[in-house]
Amino acid sequence: MGLFILRRLGVMILTALCLTFIVFWLTNLYPNLEKLAKTQGNFRMSDEQVETYLGNRGYTQALPVKYGQWLGVLPGYVIEGTDGETRARCAAGRAPTEDTATFCGILQGEWGQSTVFKDEVGSIVSTRLGLTGKLMFWVMMVMVPGALIIGVLAGMREGSRTDRSLSTVSIVSTATPEYVSGVILIAVFATPLFGMQYFKGTATSAMDDANFNNFFLPVITIALYGMGYIARMTRASMTEVMTAQYIRTARLKGVSFPNIVMKHALRNALIAPFTVIMLQFPWLLNGVVIVETLFNYKGFGWTLVQAASNNDIELLLGVSVVSVFVVLVTQLISDIGYVFLNPRIRIS
Amino acid sequence: MDYDLRNDAYDGPILEIDKLSISFFTRLREIPAVMDFSAKIMPGEALGIVGESGCGKSTVALGVMQDLGVNGRIVGGSIKFKGRDLNTMTQEELRDIRGSQIAMIYQEPMASLNPAMRIGKQLMEVPMIHEGVSEKDAYDRALEVVTDVKLPDPARILNSFPHQLSGGQQQRIVIAMALMSKPSLLILDEPTTALDVTVEAAVVDLVKDLGKKYGTSMLFISHNLGLVLETCDRICVMYSGEAVERGSIEDVFDEMQHPYTQALFRSIPLPGADKNARPLVAIPGNFPLPHERPSGCNFGPRCDYFEAGRCDVGNIAMRPIPGNDRHESRCLRFEEIDWNAPIDVGPQTAKPEPGRVVLKMDNLKKYYEVAASALFGGKNKKVVKANETLSFEAREAETLAIVGESGCGKSTFAKVLMGLETATDGQILLDNQNIESTPIEARDTKTVADVQMVFQNPFDTLNPSMTVGRQIIRALEIFKIGNTDDDRRNRMLELLDLVKLPRAFADRMPRQLSGGQKQRVGIARAFAGGARIVVADEPVSALDVSVQAAVTDLLMEIQRNEKTTLLFISHDLSIVRYLSDRVMVMYLGHVVELGTTEQVFSPPYHPYTEALLSAVPIADTSVKKKHIVLDGDIPSAMNPPSGCPFQTRCHWKDRAGKSLCETQVPPMRILDGGHQVKCHLSDEDLANMEPVIEMPATAAE
Repeated sequence: MGLFILRRLGVMILTALCLTFIVFWLTNLYPNLEKLAKTQGNFRMSDEQVETYLGNRGYTQALPVKYGQWLGVLPGYVIEGTDGETRARCAAGRAPTEDTATFCGILQGEWGQSTVFKDEVGSIVSTRLGLTGKLMFWVMMVMVPGALIIGVLAGMREGSRTDRSLSTVSIVSTATPEYVSGVILIAVFATPLFGMQYFKGTATSAMDDANFNNFFLPVITIALYGMGYIARMTRASMTEVMTAQYIRTARLKGVSFPNIVMKHALRNALIAPFTVIMLQFPWLLNGVVIVETLFNYKGFGWTLVQAASNNDIELLLGVSVVSVFVVLVTQLISDIGYVFLNPRIRIS
Repeated sequence: MDYDLRNDAYDGPILEIDKLSISFFTRLREIPAVMDFSAKIMPGEALGIVGESGCGKSTVALGVMQDLGVNGRIVGGSIKFKGRDLNTMTQEELRDIRGSQIAMIYQEPMASLNPAMRIGKQLMEVPMIHEGVSEKDAYDRALEVVTDVKLPDPARILNSFPHQLSGGQQQRIVIAMALMSKPSLLILDEPTTALDVTVEAAVVDLVKDLGKKYGTSMLFISHNLGLVLETCDRICVMYSGEAVERGSIEDVFDEMQHPYTQALFRSIPLPGADKNARPLVAIPGNFPLPHERPSGCNFGPRCDYFEAGRCDVGNIAMRPIPGNDRHESRCLRFEEIDWNAPIDVGPQTAKPEPGRVVLKMDNLKKYYEVAASALFGGKNKKVVKANETLSFEAREAETLAIVGESGCGKSTFAKVLMGLETATDGQILLDNQNIESTPIEARDTKTVADVQMVFQNPFDTLNPSMTVGRQIIRALEIFKIGNTDDDRRNRMLELLDLVKLPRAFADRMPRQLSGGQKQRVGIARAFAGGARIVVADEPVSALDVSVQAAVTDLLMEIQRNEKTTLLFISHDLSIVRYLSDRVMVMYLGHVVELGTTEQVFSPPYHPYTEALLSAVPIADTSVKKKHIVLDGDIPSAMNPPSGCPFQTRCHWKDRAGKSLCETQVPPMRILDGGHQVKCHLSDEDLANMEPVIEMPATAAE
């Protein structure tokens, strides 16, 4: 098992490297850099001026070299600029001093400076991630049990009335993207006519003090979308398991119906949806971007939108790295959990 | 009216089925699956239900269990269990009976065990539900029953998951599960179909012993007449939803009174007899679909004794046969038919003499390297020795049978011959040309067309979205036969004639064909390029008994006319005896015996052949058989035993010298007449072997 996890970790690191390289390359395309130079320096810079500005700040180095520096496996640049000033990456663009480190990349914990928030990328990402973590936690708490219950109830008697109505509900909910359901939910629930006293259309206050009033709508908006999907998966898996021969064996052993569902079917039926639930994480991140912007909840997704729209390269890279990492870790957990649920592939 | 069903004092019939009718309801119509079925099982008695697939025998079992699904319904008659009608019971009452009073053993042991639950838990559940015993007591009971079903190391087994056991062990667990609450009635639905012959013999033995030990009544469902003969006291033959004949084993086997029973017996080969002593007679026509049953007698259209105007009108009732005990037949004419008339067989064409050597295998070896775990990869490579020093010759127009149980390497050998795999060592000579290391992609068209295969499962080997004719033409195109499309179309129609399918079938889709017809298409495809060597990998084992004979005969007839070399791979010794000239017995990749059919089927045997022969159930009451039951399972080819591959299960090991068998692979010895045996036994021991199957003198006339 240990070796299995190690191997998976190896693959994960490789994937992370590839993905971050792609993001790094995209954010470091010349037009982006040009825009950066103009916003940081002067909007009326000529092309030559942009060139020297970028050259002095190490942006015109070869892409792999820049990537290496950013990662922290190559020494940070120290450039004596055309303007006579010496700039070092590890001294935040100022002249290097005695105690300036040679390496300063994300491996050393140097995530760089955000140009929008004028703050350390590391600390921005960690606080925002914490806020989004809170949101995600509640989404999971609502979505997973809800989806599993709906799926199991629908799947245990295929074709019954319960099955059909629950299936319809889940198809509708999964066919409605967050930007539609969010708007509808706000329009319906957060109006003075109906429910304004219970629901708020903004979740900004939930950042410090989350309660039912300000947090229910964003949570349910994300949860609904994933819920339908997972419920459909659970239902499909459950109906299949319920027709399996070992369920007939159990029935003809005299096991009662609730026990058949709970003891014999559930575990086998959960194997497939478990992977799906874990695969939902990337999608949730997706939903988080929309919902956080919609409800003005200043979490990770909101930060991503801000970084992207303001060409904040360092922040954008930081956010991407963390997203890649979150996705890969959930996949690892999913693989391990799958092995745990399914004894047939358990490694002895 | 509230009987205590556990009351041991009850001494009436355990199960009494009276005029039971079961139908399945689809959107289109009602499909009657079982009609007018009656049976009675007394305490301790075993009733066998025999019939082909689709005859309704499993539906009867599920009807007894009252578990017919949403579409099935009992539309008439009653099922009484210990005097109480099961039809009128509530779900709770039924649940109480299921598992504790009536238990069931299923066809596929792997599928009927919960893959995500430990064996122990699945077993313990039964007494915990029905008797409310504590977990500890249930565990002790489970341990005891698992010991009873002769599984080694019960504690370890209880703690394992189903996939960690072999097929035979799984079936023993299913049996153990059925016996956990000491039921009064045990329903066995084709319990050994998925198992190998020697494992089957051991399981059947076990069921018989346990039945005696616990005094359980049994309802044994099977398509195998021989098995029913070995296990049951009474038999009921079913055809197309109806019982056509029932009675005691002796009455039905020796004095059958229904044309279907007779036809069924005549269409199965017996391992004691070859084709001259007892030719096979195929039942003409096809099994009627449930909604296309003829009026009158269901068997009418296929019956030799059919009388128009009499057999095809009205319902035909079961009538008792005077003089026999509870022996009944659903035939209007049973008094009139001369049941002892000799079998009417068409003209038998003489078998052509085997010609020159076409195919020669010399010391063929095929090893597979497998990583211990796909996830770990790398280091712990293990070698599976699928074929070990295979040497034989096959001549033109000869049938060489390759016999062995699953995992013996017979399919690997076929793959190497076909070029789907390349050999590790040794050579295959086709017309003195080496082909062992030429994969199929690199073979020329001629070689590919020369060596063809008929596959085991006709249901999977035809492309479901291509017409039958198109599939055969495709083969012709690949083999570069015929110059124009018209040429090929004509050739295709000729091939359909060859396999005795109507030419109109060329435009049909595979789903419109029955299993036997599909297999005929498979045969036509194999012979499309004028194949000289045909490898038939269990070509009839997926087919129904009545169709098997027809397909077998067809294969032999084509072989005779085309002078094809037929390599017939099978685990069914009866059919091998029937059609082959020479037999090769394989065990764990080794050829253990090779000789002409007579040599292999008579002593001296290799100990494995002896056990294999003894394991075959024979549907003939007059045959005496030596009883040899092999212990344990076939060892894994990944981890074969040292020395002789068969030494772990051999009954003769003490005679030949234990240490010798355990350390050395025996050499291939050549006995009289080129009969080869791979065994350490002395000449004297071999000479003193007794025949396993003894035919009565009268049968050989």
